[in-house]
Amino acid sequence: MTLQLDVTEQPQSTAKTKLAVIDTDIHNYDVYDDPVFNDIITKYLATEWQEYHKMIGMRGHYGGGYPRAQPNAARTDAWPPSGRPPGTDLDFMREQLLDAFDMDYGILNPLAGAGGQVNREYGAQLARAINEYQIAEWLELEPRLRASILVNYEDADLAAEEIHRLGDNKGFVQVILVARTQEPLGRRKYWKMYEAALEYDLPIGIHFGGLGGHPLTAGGWPSYYIEDHCGMAQAFQAQVASLVCEGVFEHFPELRIVIIEGGFAWMPSLAWRLDQSWKRLRAETPYLKKAPSEYIQEHFWLSTQPMEEPRHQAHFEQLLEQMDGGRRLMFATDYPHWDFDSPDRAVPTTLPLETRRNIMAENARQFYKLA
Amino acid sequence: MTRVVIAKVWEIPPGGRKIVVPFRGRAGIGVFNVNGRLYALRNICPHKRGPLCTGELTGQIAADAPPSAYDSDLKVNGEGEVLRCPWHQWPFEIATGRCLVDPEVRVKTYPVRIDGNDIVVDLDD
Repeated sequence: MTLQLDVTEQPQSTAKTKLAVIDTDIHNYDVYDDPVFNDIITKYLATEWQEYHKMIGMRGHYGGGYPRAQPNAARTDAWPPSGRPPGTDLDFMREQLLDAFDMDYGILNPLAGAGGQVNREYGAQLARAINEYQIAEWLELEPRLRASILVNYEDADLAAEEIHRLGDNKGFVQVILVARTQEPLGRRKYWKMYEAALEYDLPIGIHFGGLGGHPLTAGGWPSYYIEDHCGMAQAFQAQVASLVCEGVFEHFPELRIVIIEGGFAWMPSLAWRLDQSWKRLRAETPYLKKAPSEYIQEHFWLSTQPMEEPRHQAHFEQLLEQMDGGRRLMFATDYPHWDFDSPDRAVPTTLPLETRRNIMAENARQFYKLA
Repeated sequence: MTRVVIAKVWEIPPGGRKIVVPFRGRAGIGVFNVNGRLYALRNICPHKRGPLCTGELTGQIAADAPPSAYDSDLKVNGEGEVLRCPWHQWPFEIATGRCLVDPEVRVKTYPVRIDGNDIVVDLDD
C-alpha cells in the first residue's frame, strides 16, 4: 500500500537530535499474511519443515488483530519503495530510521508468532528460520544493529535449544518473548529458558502481543480494538507479579527482564500493592527474601514506547521520581509501527539533560553492553 | 509578504495535492484541492512532527450514541476533507487546520490563491 504522491524530498528530521540515540524496539519481521514474509520463512526454514509449512502453516490461538486502516500496523509512510512490507527493507530502514535520527544502535525484535503455534516443534522451527534471516539479512549487513533471539517460549526445552545454538553469536543481545503467554512467566515450565539465557548473560525481553488462548483482557473479551491495545498492560502486570512471586529471581539472581512496549506508569503502583499484600501474606511465599518492590527494582527494565503522556507535564516528572529518575527506562521507537515514538519528540525536553541522555541511549548501552 | 508559485492549477485537481519539501527554508508545505477549493498546510504534524501532508484523506465517522442492534447511527461526514497523519493517524480538517481529536492542536495553514494559471501561496516575511 503506497500513496502515489508528488513529494520532492523526505522531510524527516532535518534537525538532528543532539543526544545519542539507541532504539530498543525495531521490527524487521511481522506476523501479517504477506507473500514476502512467506518467502522469508521458506528461504530459511529447515528443509524437512518446508512441506509442513506449505501444507498446514501457522495455527495458533484466536483473538488478536490490528485496525485494517493501518495495514501491518505500520506508519503509512513506512512502506518501502521496493514494495516489501514495512520494516523488512534494510536500506529504507537505514534511511528512515537509523540515518534519519543518527542512531548509535538499534535492537531488532522480530514478531513471528513462534510461541503462539499450537504445533510446538513447528513454532520452534519458525523461530529458528527468522533468527537465520536476522543473521544473514541484518546483522551481517549493518553494524549498528543487534537482534533478539526469537524462541518458542511455550516449550522451554526447545527455547533453550535455540538459545544454545545462537548464544555465542554477539549479534544477539536478548531473548524475546511476548506478554500474552499460556501461563504466567514465573511458572517453572519456563525456567529452563531463563537458565539458558543466563549462560550467555542474555536478558529476557517481554514484548507487547501474543495470544495464549485466553481472553484479551482479564475481564473477558472486549468489543473494541482500543480496549485490546490499551489492555496489554494487564498482561505485563501479571508477568511481573508472577516472575516475582514464583521466586524466579531467588533462583536466578542475575536474571534481567525488560518490558517492551508495555508502558511503565503502572509499575510503581503494582510494586506498592505487591509490597502491601506481601507483608500480610509472607507465609504464602516464604522463599521470597525481599519485598516484591526490591525484586522489581533490581531485575526489571522498561522501554519507553508508547510514551506515557499525562495531561500535566508535572505528573510525568513525578512519575520519573517514583522510578529511580528513569534509570531503568530505555528509549524505543517501535518502528515501523503506527504508534512510533520519534526520538526528537518522545522524551520531554523539560527533564534534566542527564535524565534524557540516560533514557535516550545510556541506559540501553549499559543494559545491552554496547560500546 | 512573499508571493510563491506552488504549481499550475491543472497540477492539483480536486482530491489532489502537491507537497513541496522543504519550502523556502520552512518545514515544507502541502497544497490540497478539496472539492475545488485550495488549502495550504505545513507539512509537520503538530502532534509529533510526522510528515502530515503525506497522510491519507478521509472523512469523519460520527455517532450520536453507541450503536444499537436496530440502528447503527454511524455517519461519515465530509469524505476527503480530513487529512490523517501517516504516523499516528491524528485527523486534521484541511480547511481549517483544526485537529479533530484535540481542539487545542492546530496545524499551521497558509493563505493560498489562484493568480492566472498559478497556484500561489503568500508567506509572511
